[in-house]
Amino acid sequence: MPTVTMVVNGQPVSQDVEARTLLVDLLRNDLSLTGTHVGCDTSQCGACVVHVNGDAVKACTMFAFEAEGAEVATIEGQAAADGTLSNIQQAFQDHHGLQCGFCTPGMIMSASALLKDNPKPSEDEIRAYLEGNICRCTGYHNIVKAIMAASGQDITAVAAE
Amino acid sequence: MYAFEIERPSTIADAVSVLQNEDAQALSGGQTLIPTLKARLAMPETLISLTGIPEMQGICMNEAGQLCIGGATTHASVATGAIQYPALAQMAGHIGDPAVRNRGTIGGSLANNDPAACYPAAVLGSGATIVTNTREIAADDYFQGMFETVLEDGEIITEVRFPLPKRANYQKFQQPASRFALVGVFVAKHADGVRVAVTGASEEGVFRWTNAELALDADFSTTALSELMVTADGLLEDIHGSPEYRANLIKVMAQQAVDAA
Repeated sequence: MPTVTMVVNGQPVSQDVEARTLLVDLLRNDLSLTGTHVGCDTSQCGACVVHVNGDAVKACTMFAFEAEGAEVATIEGQAAADGTLSNIQQAFQDHHGLQCGFCTPGMIMSASALLKDNPKPSEDEIRAYLEGNICRCTGYHNIVKAIMAASGQDITAVAAE
Repeated sequence: MYAFEIERPSTIADAVSVLQNEDAQALSGGQTLIPTLKARLAMPETLISLTGIPEMQGICMNEAGQLCIGGATTHASVATGAIQYPALAQMAGHIGDPAVRNRGTIGGSLANNDPAACYPAAVLGSGATIVTNTREIAADDYFQGMFETVLEDGEIITEVRFPLPKRANYQKFQQPASRFALVGVFVAKHADGVRVAVTGASEEGVFRWTNAELALDADFSTTALSELMVTADGLLEDIHGSPEYRANLIKVMAQQAVDAA
C-alpha cells in the first residue's frame, strides 16, 4: 500500500492509501476534512475543487498517490485560525453567494485560484472561470457579485440578467 | 473503484519498461481515464502514472523552428506557455474547465483521441508530429478513427512538435454541459498551403476538410467557403445535433476561424 506524504493546509500529513484512493476520499475519509464535497463524482460539478501546489483541481478526478510531495489546500484552510473568514468567504456571506451551500467550498476554492492569477477579473472572466463549478440554487449572479466584491471591485454593474 | 496496482516512474525509459507488463495502462492527467475506471469501462491491473517524469514536461522551440510540447504537459501550461503559437494556446485555454486544464495533458488527449476533443483538430490542422518512445508520427498518419490511433500497446507520446503557421485559429461550438466540441474547426495557413481540421463532427473522428483547404489556398477568406458544404453522410447524430446541423456548423466554424486567423 503506497504512502502519501504531503502538506494539507500547512500541516504535514503521511497516510497509507490504496492505489485506487481518490484525493477527495483521502481528504474526507482519512483526514476528516469533509468540507470538500463530492457532488457528481465525474469531474463535472466542481464541488470537490481543492488546490494542489496552488492549482485548482477536481479532487474526485485525481488519485491520492499523485499528490505525493504536494501542498494541498482545502476549504478548511481558508479562514484564519481564530475563525475569521477569508476575504472571499466573507464576500460570499455578505452578498448571499450561497443558498444550500453544497457547491460553496468548490466555488470558494475556484474563486481563490482565479484571484491569485487575476486579481481584478471582469464579470465575463469570472463566469468563464466558474464553468466547471455548478450551482443549482443561486443562478450564479450573487456568486459572481461576491467574487467581484472580494477583488475590491464595484458590483453595481453586475447585471441581474 | 476496483483495486489495481500503480507505478510512478520518473523517466521515460522506466515507464516504457513497466508498460511492457500485460494489462498495464498509462495514466496521464486522468481527466478521461479516471471517470472511465470508475465506470469500469476499462479495468487495467496496473496504472503507470506519467505525471512524475520531468523529461515529458514543458514547452520549447527546437532548431527547426517547431514548438515542442512534452507529452505530459497540461492544457493550462500550454494555454499560458505556448506564446509562439497563439492559436494553440487559445485552443488549450478553452478545453474543459480550469480545474480540468490543470490536470489534463496533451499526450493523454491525443492517445485517447476522443472524437469531440480539441487537441486532435489542432494537431491535424497544424500538421504536427507526434513523437513517441519509438518513432515520429505525422499527424496525417496518426488518427485512425474514433478513439483509434496508430499507437502500439505500451507506446508513449513523449512530445508533440508543431510547425508554426503564418496564421491560424480554432473555433469551437461547445456542448455547454460537457464543454467538448459539438463541432470544432482548426484552420492554419502554412507556407505550403492551408489545412482545415474538424473535430466533434464525424463518426470517424477528426478529419481534414480538403475542399475547404483547396478553396482557402486560392483565396483565404470567408467568402471562399460560402459555396462549400461538408456532406452530412457519416457525421455524428445525437441528442445535441443532427448530421445536417453539424455539417452546417462545420462551415460556420470554419468561416469564423478564417475570419479570426
